Amino acid sequence: MLDGFSAETLARMQFAFTVSFHIIFPAFSIGLASFLAVLNGMWLWTRDRTYLTLFDYWKKIFAVAFGMGVVSGIVMSYQFGTNWSVFSDKAGPVVGPLMAYEVLSAFFLEAGFLGIMLFGRDRVGEKLHMFATGMVAFGTLLSATWILSVNSWMHTPAGYSVNDVGQFAPEDWWAIVFNPSFPYRLIHMVLAAYLTTALVVGGVGAIHLLRDRTDPEARRMFSMAMWMAALVTPLQIFAGDLHGLNTLEYQPAKVMAMEGHYVSYPDGAPLILFGIPNPDEKRIDYAVQIPYASSLILKHRLDAPLDGLDTIPDDEEPPLAIVFYSFRIMVGLGFAMLGLGGWSLWARWRGQLFETRWLHRAAVLMGPTGFVAVLAGWITTEVGRQPYTVYGLLRTGDSLAPIDAPAVAASLIAFIIVYFFIFGAGTFYILRMMNKRPATPKLGLRDGPIRTAGVTPASQIERDVVPGK
Amino acid sequence: MPFDLAFIWAGLIAFAVLTYVILDGFDLGLGILFPFGRSDGDRDLMMNSVAPVWDGNETWLVLGGGGLFAVFPLAYAVVMPALYMPITLMLLALVFRGVSFEYRWRTKRWKGVWDIAFFSGSVIAAFAQGIALGALVQGIEVTDRAYAGGWFDWLTPFSILTGLSVVVGYALLGATWLVYKTAGDIQVQMRRYARWLGSGTIGLIGVVSIMTPFQDAVYFERWFNLPGSLWTMLVPLVMLALIWAFFTGLKDQKDLQPFLSALGFFVVSFIGIGISFYPMMVPPTLTIWEAAAPDESLAFTLVGAVVLVPMILGYTAYAYWVFRGKMDPSEGYH
Repeated sequence: MLDGFSAETLARMQFAFTVSFHIIFPAFSIGLASFLAVLNGMWLWTRDRTYLTLFDYWKKIFAVAFGMGVVSGIVMSYQFGTNWSVFSDKAGPVVGPLMAYEVLSAFFLEAGFLGIMLFGRDRVGEKLHMFATGMVAFGTLLSATWILSVNSWMHTPAGYSVNDVGQFAPEDWWAIVFNPSFPYRLIHMVLAAYLTTALVVGGVGAIHLLRDRTDPEARRMFSMAMWMAALVTPLQIFAGDLHGLNTLEYQPAKVMAMEGHYVSYPDGAPLILFGIPNPDEKRIDYAVQIPYASSLILKHRLDAPLDGLDTIPDDEEPPLAIVFYSFRIMVGLGFAMLGLGGWSLWARWRGQLFETRWLHRAAVLMGPTGFVAVLAGWITTEVGRQPYTVYGLLRTGDSLAPIDAPAVAASLIAFIIVYFFIFGAGTFYILRMMNKRPATPKLGLRDGPIRTAGVTPASQIERDVVPGK
Repeated sequence: MPFDLAFIWAGLIAFAVLTYVILDGFDLGLGILFPFGRSDGDRDLMMNSVAPVWDGNETWLVLGGGGLFAVFPLAYAVVMPALYMPITLMLLALVFRGVSFEYRWRTKRWKGVWDIAFFSGSVIAAFAQGIALGALVQGIEVTDRAYAGGWFDWLTPFSILTGLSVVVGYALLGATWLVYKTAGDIQVQMRRYARWLGSGTIGLIGVVSIMTPFQDAVYFERWFNLPGSLWTMLVPLVMLALIWAFFTGLKDQKDLQPFLSALGFFVVSFIGIGISFYPMMVPPTLTIWEAAAPDESLAFTLVGAVVLVPMILGYTAYAYWVFRGKMDPSEGYH
């Protein structure tokens, strides 16, 4: 089935597959953890039971998603060694400590506070419970911070030297952690996680509104989600633009691929809206383009010259087509989200937020698009930095472990089967919970503690939340 | 023996791995014994006896792996490809086993599926860990900072023997844990299993110990070379004392003594392996100091470890304290 692929191709497929599966869960749980903290805070502040019901509803969904994120994350941390051992040896001294900090700090917070957040309200009191909920949200953000720092360092390495055995040796930890692309990537990703969660919450709210538009929990979550979508989408588009300008500075070849610029434009480059990349002829077929707009966006001048991939040696070019398409999917979805947010503002202004059926249908349709946009964005940035793992310094082909293609092929097939089976079941359980009204007393079949991660002593104290029996 | 950052870190990683083996050992062992539960109620009880702590136990595996990547990147880079298949198998098995804890309660029709996933995940994970240990003891071929062997080098009669030993040993830990945590019929049943599994574990440890010095001349020298071997003689003596404590504990129907003695078997065996390995990180060629990352990496990570590891130990101890004592079957746990 996978004959004829090299070990490198297979290892890249395996990494792409496992990391794509993995990112879905953090993208959701980062936003959801903050949403839960807001819900709990609002409950304490207003004593409106709608917030409490929503908190109890989403925390169960959070627990399953969070668990799947942890399990798929463990696989990632070992895959660096099994498939990319040369990268591990060379970059380990720099990125390893950051990842160790992620394990130590994120695991500490989730282990200490997840159980209290999920089950400890009656045991520890409302104040400590609120603190725990806040710490879980903080923990997910902290975890994202460390991991995005690692990832950003691989895009824009800084603060290192190369030692006599060829390793990247840390010189300045401050410069390593706060490398040039890190702030942009972190903001872009955290906003993406918030937006993704807002769309999921809005979609679930809309489903229940379509069934019963008087459902108080559905109205509340739909309203909150639409505020979020309306406010965060413009911010996200702005942050994405800044991130793009940062990329232009440090990874111009990636931006060339995103823009579809096979050739240089000395007198101002057009913005190619759509088209079909033709790698053989090195041009975009059937291009629909706005003259000079690319130069305007990237250089803020209509006639600013922009280099194309013709200035980059062939063996240092990223594959243009993948980056070109995935970037357009991300941006297209981003503007669709902007449209949804604007529509919701209009409906809200006219007092029709809970009556506009087509808005609800659109929100259901847009529910999963956050995940698609996150994946498309990551594909853009990760494929766009090829052929390097550490940009400009360590090539992907030189990062590979000394492994044989059949070994990678076998494990890739095993990962695909197991992931679809395990995460398929988990996603099914999540969707089944989402399909029930928030006020449903027992969401799971047999409602019980869910702790795929973290020692959760507090969760076990409460003896009435019992699986089975 | 130079007392520097690399040495401290070798000790910390060894500590993390040992803590993992001790903690996750008995809950994997419980999974291995899972099909031998006589009723659905017994099986619920077995799973519930570790449900509050298993996930924290597994954290130590991440700490061991993540720590190795951070402070001994070369060892990580050499060992992972060498143990490609056992590691991949172990990860997949742990994924299956981990989600079974939760999914099992979310479905009626598929409960049997997740029961099988729990059992087979536990057996495969334990076996893969044992194979990884055996393969490491045999030695890993390294040339130019990279693994130089084939992708089936880990598979030898010796590594299969160590794999089997870990399965039997973990099952012993699981059985003695249940002796400690339960009462009545299931306790009697587990006490009987513990006697057999204990004899099996001791026998297998014996065979592996006898074979180990012949895997590498260096090991042989370390164990049978006066006057150093006077110290190493302590290891089998402590082991004998533990064996005595284990069987008298079972005979006198003590609750905790068999479990602690069985944990002792693992600690002593681990120390034995440490004596064989030192100063190697990856036998036969890679020392702790060769494998270590630059001092800047070691120092930076050590700050975090010194602050956070005691906290992790603290809440782990707290979790065990909260769930001390016998399980009450009528309570259905939790």
